Amino acid sequence: MSVRTGALRCLAAAAVACVLFDFANVDTEVGATEIPLAERRSGYEFMGRETRMIQDEDATNPGMLWVLDGEALWNRKAGAADRACSDCHGDARANMKGIAARYPAFDAARGRPLSLEQRINACRTERQKAAALPFESRELLALTAYVALQSRGLPVDITIDERTRPFFEAGRETFYRRQGQLNLACTQCHDDHWGAKLGGSPIPQAHPTGYPLYRLEWQSLGSLERRLRNCLVGMRAEPYAYGAPEFVDLELYLMWRARGMKIETPAVRP
Amino acid sequence: MARAVVTLPAQARRGEIVEIKTLAAHAMETGFRRTQTGELIPRDIIRRFTCTYNDVEVFRVDLHPAVAANPLIAFTTVATESGTIAFQWVGDNGYSVTETASIRVE
Amino acid sequence: MTTRREFLVLACGAASAAAAATVEAQIDPNQAMVRKAAYQEALRRVVGDAQVHRGRVKLQLPPLIDNGNSVPLSVAVESPMTDADHVKAIHVFTEKNPLPDVVSAHLGPRAGRAGLSTRVRLADSQTVIAIAQLSDGSFWSDSAEVVVTLSACLEEGLI
Repeated sequence: MSVRTGALRCLAAAAVACVLFDFANVDTEVGATEIPLAERRSGYEFMGRETRMIQDEDATNPGMLWVLDGEALWNRKAGAADRACSDCHGDARANMKGIAARYPAFDAARGRPLSLEQRINACRTERQKAAALPFESRELLALTAYVALQSRGLPVDITIDERTRPFFEAGRETFYRRQGQLNLACTQCHDDHWGAKLGGSPIPQAHPTGYPLYRLEWQSLGSLERRLRNCLVGMRAEPYAYGAPEFVDLELYLMWRARGMKIETPAVRP
Repeated sequence: MARAVVTLPAQARRGEIVEIKTLAAHAMETGFRRTQTGELIPRDIIRRFTCTYNDVEVFRVDLHPAVAANPLIAFTTVATESGTIAFQWVGDNGYSVTETASIRVE
Repeated sequence: MTTRREFLVLACGAASAAAAATVEAQIDPNQAMVRKAAYQEALRRVVGDAQVHRGRVKLQLPPLIDNGNSVPLSVAVESPMTDADHVKAIHVFTEKNPLPDVVSAHLGPRAGRAGLSTRVRLADSQTVIAIAQLSDGSFWSDSAEVVVTLSACLEEGLI
């Protein structure tokens, strides 16, 4: 079944469902190649025992070095408005709980979903009147990790409604689209061949439940977009720019695909 | 910015062996990597880690480029008396970081 | 654009491009010989002519490694750690890394237990050895064989 036929069947089924059910609560029909919800496993389960132990303890998890920086930045005044995140948002431990589990989230002003990084930068430029933090900078990674840590252990909470549907569909389409010189689609590895080995490494299911995460390959904390750019380069496809709508739409799809799975930030991965 | 994190219990019984886990933020540049244009990136590593307990050295580690970035050093020490346990990391290009922790020993 | 072979060398931190490497070996056989000699020399520097006994030392490494950039390693040595009988130093070496020395810990009875945990870089599938130097001047060791594979989609720095 091609993606197009599948999409049409989804739309037809959804149209019928519209008539009978409250649209906002209808779950998007699972495509034929998608991993059944009960079979989804975090990338954590594909790592060796020793690597899992690095993630398990805050005392040994190098991602915590960035989280601590994030905590300091959260409380530091910045910009022409001389305001800290804490001045508006208070204690992150209480007030940021559950936030990362709902991102990417729709932003009414911009009429489209934003990633958590983009949301943090929107606050920086609009509320703090400070310069946006560059993507993959230590500061942006630290703040994002600190905010996302407050959702650790909580289930990913993404539901698609009429506002986010077009972006969700675009993201899903990207996931299913063959790209690059290798003419590969994400779904071919991550839906059809997860668990198999690629060059000696196990292929995970590609759920972004632990981002930003400490990747042993990078020996640094990094964002989901950095990882996606690496995937695209690996497929010999032109990677999208950081913050590109294609990435945010894809992240929305991937987080929806991981709905119900627990947030693990800051995760550790090979 | 967080330069190091140390984890150990705040109190212990006299004679008890306590576990200490330390993490230092450092790229541990090996000196063997090259840039895209072929230039060697110079070595820049932490060379020595020292732990003192009320100013007495109780553990010391010499590090080489084979130690991974953001090094974890985990070891044990005997809780002999209350006081301060100090940790120092010293490395290339004048790198020097110190952290201290208090311990109450009953 | 670097070739896969050149990137492999960059990733492993080797000092020279292994242009003549066979498909199977990750490190040029000449390079491997030079490193093995350096490893023997490093062992001699620590141990001298003394005999190194096997035992008392337990070196733990994952047998199959997720990523050679950061491999959890732990050494534990059986010892009462008293003033009369304790471990003075723990040395870790590799046979195929560009440099044989990895880490050396200096300790004494105040440690309570003779041990160290850290994370190391391993350039290739190889043998890692841990040597403990005891207060009575004797040397004890343990070694571990590890398999290091390469990631499928190699990355070159911040992309």
